[in-house]
Amino acid sequence: MTHDVIVLGAGPAGANAALAAAEAGLKVVLFEQQPAAGGQVWRAPLPGLRMPSSPEKDSGDALRARLAASAVEIRFGRTVWSVGQHFRVDAVGPGGNEHAEAPRLIAATGAHERVVPFPGWTLPGVIGLAAATVLLKSHGALPGTRVVVAGCGPLLAVVAAGILKAGGTVAAIADLAGPGDWLKALPALASQPRLLMRGAAWALKIGGARIPVHFRHGVRAADGGEAIEQVRLAPVDAAGGFSAGPEITLAADALCVGHGLVPGAEIPRLFRTAQTFDRRRGGFIPRLDACGRTSLNGLYACGDGVGIRGALVAEAAGRLAGLASAHDAGALSADAFAAAAGQARARIAQARAFSDAMAEMMALRPAQVAAIPPETVVCRCEDVTRADIEAAHADGARDLNQLKQFTRCGMGPCQGRFCGDVAGELLAAKVGSREAVGAFTARPPLRPVPLADLMGAFDYADIPIPAPAPL
Amino acid sequence: MIHDLAVIGGGVHGSTVALFAARGGMKVTLIERGPLCREASGVNAGTLTLQMTRVALIPYALRAHAMWASAREWLGHDVGVVVCDGLSLAFTEQEEELLSFRAGKRREAGAPISLVSGAEARRIEPGVSDTVRLAGYCKVDGFANAYLTGLAFRRALIDAGVALQENTPASGIVREDGGFAVQTSNGVVRARRIVLAGGVWIEPMLAWLGIALPIKTLINQLVVTERVRPVMRTVVGIANGLLSLKQYPHGTVVIGGGWQGIGDRERGGVELLPDRVIGNVRLACHAIPDLKAARVARAWAGLEAETADALPAAGPIPGIPDAYVCGSVHSGYTSGPYIARLLAERILGHETDLPLFPIDRLLGTATPSEARHD
Ligand SMILES: Cc1cc2nc3c(=O)[nH]c(=O)nc-3n(C[C@H](O)[C@H](O)[C@H](O)COP(=O)(O)OP(=O)(O)OC[C@H]3O[C@@H](n4cnc5c(N)ncnc54)[C@H](O)[C@@H]3O)c2cc1C
Repeated sequence: MTHDVIVLGAGPAGANAALAAAEAGLKVVLFEQQPAAGGQVWRAPLPGLRMPSSPEKDSGDALRARLAASAVEIRFGRTVWSVGQHFRVDAVGPGGNEHAEAPRLIAATGAHERVVPFPGWTLPGVIGLAAATVLLKSHGALPGTRVVVAGCGPLLAVVAAGILKAGGTVAAIADLAGPGDWLKALPALASQPRLLMRGAAWALKIGGARIPVHFRHGVRAADGGEAIEQVRLAPVDAAGGFSAGPEITLAADALCVGHGLVPGAEIPRLFRTAQTFDRRRGGFIPRLDACGRTSLNGLYACGDGVGIRGALVAEAAGRLAGLASAHDAGALSADAFAAAAGQARARIAQARAFSDAMAEMMALRPAQVAAIPPETVVCRCEDVTRADIEAAHADGARDLNQLKQFTRCGMGPCQGRFCGDVAGELLAAKVGSREAVGAFTARPPLRPVPLADLMGAFDYADIPIPAPAPL
Repeated sequence: MIHDLAVIGGGVHGSTVALFAARGGMKVTLIERGPLCREASGVNAGTLTLQMTRVALIPYALRAHAMWASAREWLGHDVGVVVCDGLSLAFTEQEEELLSFRAGKRREAGAPISLVSGAEARRIEPGVSDTVRLAGYCKVDGFANAYLTGLAFRRALIDAGVALQENTPASGIVREDGGFAVQTSNGVVRARRIVLAGGVWIEPMLAWLGIALPIKTLINQLVVTERVRPVMRTVVGIANGLLSLKQYPHGTVVIGGGWQGIGDRERGGVELLPDRVIGNVRLACHAIPDLKAARVARAWAGLEAETADALPAAGPIPGIPDAYVCGSVHSGYTSGPYIARLLAERILGHETDLPLFPIDRLLGTATPSEARHD
């Protein structure tokens, strides 16, 4: 064993888990693909890029400073591709393949974006809302000169305000939710005054710039030849399906669109821990105890990867998982654990109303999936359309993995991270339930790795070739 | 209602027996625990090669290769079969010896394998490394898209009138007058004859009938890359058989060869051993250097069955009339359809062109006890 605990992911959840475990005296190693901590929400600007202050950047800077001052061994720029029994973690980094081993592993690998397909969603110029925040926060770049921002949830305001702040033009915002939905969420939002203020600041910025906001509108199509040229919006009902009413056509050279987040629960899934389907939390999530323990001894999980709850909960849940790992390792007495865990749980309870309201806004709307036209591509890596998926059902595919074998849906570079949720929903509409349809089996590598990095330099004579097969 | 034949296990063996028995006029049901061909027969490397086939199976593999090459005709559906040249490489003096010996034995058994120089190997396959010293060259080689096997057989079996029972695990067999009662999650299924075609699970299936046949479970690791530009056009292996490599028309490259991961019959392929993934990948890139530019998209481990002598368990079950077993065929995706078809012929009462592989040889002297009634 090289360490007491390995933490994967240095967003708010993973970083706080690592800090809590290290403060309790554990020998901690933290793996992160990016060159700095912060995760998606507090993403650091690229090295050498100076960005103006913002609450997100300041929170990120504070976290980065705490990590730098801690005893946590930090390995940035590492693509973790394999996690195995006894918690061996393999990652490729600047020095080739490396591994660490520990009796405990904390998975905090975050969520990925959901885009419910519409005609034209694969055109150049169409990007996800989360991807747009990366462009804005990390690269200080604009997605286009005239941008339509569409979808649902708080990222709409974040992206629109970010574009304005960076000097760009927002042609319009289209929100699947209506003003009434936001009003309904208001009491929950008010439970987090700091964040409500933040939202208000975004709203003011957007209002001040006189950006048209089309509530209860979704993207009917993005049109263009080589790249996007215009966006067509159409009214939607509360369930997310299109309703009667005029289309709005907007000229644009970029569309930032996102429909919430899907938990990236691949690591618990690789270890086959118990999971449940939770629509509000974004999809299939591992079953956890109150401290982030999965059903597998020694494996903990926290953050948006175990259900969409946002940064506030992620911080506290990460701390909780870190404390639990320290307690389980015997490094933290029952009393000290109870006291520290109590505080973290109280913060989760405080944030609950807010995070539930946000998660609700970002949950998949089934009627939106039902409205996908047959010829629209669902799996963009392998060009599998809705009609292909339904033909596979007619051919007998009853679960997602069978669908994958019949159509290659989910076999491409993203390994179903982006299409799995929508494909599952389409198949479930035929089969009966998401539980019956299941999730794509998680497979290594956790992220694609170049063969060259994986194998490094070697001598043929040193390859441990097994004994010949029988003749 | 009583079927003429119940096949338990819907991999390539069970599906083929069921298909040909039904086409021969029998009323057949196929009972599969999950969906069709999702174990070994759906997750294997799809290589249809003689250069990894056991010598004793070469005559079978040759006929099976011809079956795969004409799958559209007898199966009626495409499994993406590509027939191409195959090369088995030797990089060291020791491997040259091994290759000469092994290729010689396979040639004696009928495989059209010749030995060619490194330069000739590079002419046949411009993608191979210039460190190749000698190669076994076989024109009868190729590969299929294993993941399409279930879809193809599913359509064919339904067309042939087989009563398909997917997602229906069997849990026991009782002998009764005029046949067998198979207990399944869906109730009892009755049939005059049974075929146990459970892959690595034929050991527990035979135990239902009181037969103890140890089956070793191999946990084969596989790696597949993202789509890349063409880097090779043949099936490539190495002298000792621990590499199988080919590029599919859509651009992905499948890297296999039987490096062992972790798993068992109860849990399936649990995980891959990273050091062995790296070893296998190094070997692959040593053989085809341009492969280095690709990225690994996915890797997994599947279960393959092996008897004590690594030859098939395919034939009647001794002491139990009308009960048969079919499986444990080395490189069984290649040879499976032919061997399973032979068994179907036998069950239909026809002469078989080549002999089956009865399991008497593996059972020792003890005679099977009465079937368990549980
Ligand atoms: C990773 C890997 C790579 C391989 N590569 C190659 C290759 O390149 N070329 C080659 O020729 N061969 C290859 N093989 C070997 C080949 O895949 C197998 O020999 C062949 O597929 C075995 O077929 P089968 O029908 O006997 O077994 P399986 O395909 O395993 O089928 C057995 C079936 O029985 C079912 N079953 C089990 N228990 C029950 C029950 N209680 N009730 C009902 N059903 C049950 C299972 O669900 C399963 O579907 C490879 C194998 C693996 C694992």
